[in-house]
Amino acid sequence: MKSSPTLLRTVLVLAALGTSGCTAVQPWERATLSSYPMRPDRDPLAQAMSEHIYFSREASTGGRSVGGSGCGCN
Amino acid sequence: MSLALGVRILERTLRLRRLAVLLGFFQALIPATTDARAQLRVGDPLPPLGDFALEGDLAAAPTAGRVVVLDFWASWCAPCKASFPMLGALQREWGGEGVTVLGVSVDEKKSAYEAFLSRLQPSFATVRDAQQRLVKRVRVPKMPTTYLIDRKGVVRFVHEGFQGESTERALRAHVRQLLDEAR
Repeated sequence: MKSSPTLLRTVLVLAALGTSGCTAVQPWERATLSSYPMRPDRDPLAQAMSEHIYFSREASTGGRSVGGSGCGCN
Repeated sequence: MSLALGVRILERTLRLRRLAVLLGFFQALIPATTDARAQLRVGDPLPPLGDFALEGDLAAAPTAGRVVVLDFWASWCAPCKASFPMLGALQREWGGEGVTVLGVSVDEKKSAYEAFLSRLQPSFATVRDAQQRLVKRVRVPKMPTTYLIDRKGVVRFVHEGFQGESTERALRAHVRQLLDEAR
């Protein structure tokens, strides 16, 4: 049996609508984003290593740190 | 023959993928437009707070016939913490003139909410929107957001975020205006 292109298209459209991962995180839903594990500088060793790699590659250092986590407040 | 079939399948897949990407894009826009419609704005009446199953003593913050400073905060929000002394001062200084400051926490974790309160000991009433029903109705644009409600229960000013002294100046001027109107 040959499936019709319209049916196939409809199924795919519905699947695309149902499985889309796009969503807006609302300001009041950012508790997890602002938690400590989400901080880019939470691990001092990894941070130092990353700085070292950056310095070796770019021949410059500093000016990369942004304070805070993903709260996005204010 | 099999090559031609493969090319046809690939072409069809690419066409459908483009369609799916487009649909995903439009779907992402849908919540944004819905939010804009539902957001509580200046001129809107404050919904009855008793309808949202807020945790805490609402009776400690009488709203009827008073100027209400309704502040949405969370324990994980640094500017919210910074705004607490200012909100406490408003309650202490103008509570007798008819101002009620009510903090609504959007914390989902009760332990985080309680730990925060025991550390800061605010001098104004706070409740917890444990199920986030009120905040979903109000749809705050930022954390924190402070709504100023006049004695008739209508939202008159919305202060988004907390920027220290400038926010405090604006907030005090607006509360003063609402108190003077009522005289």
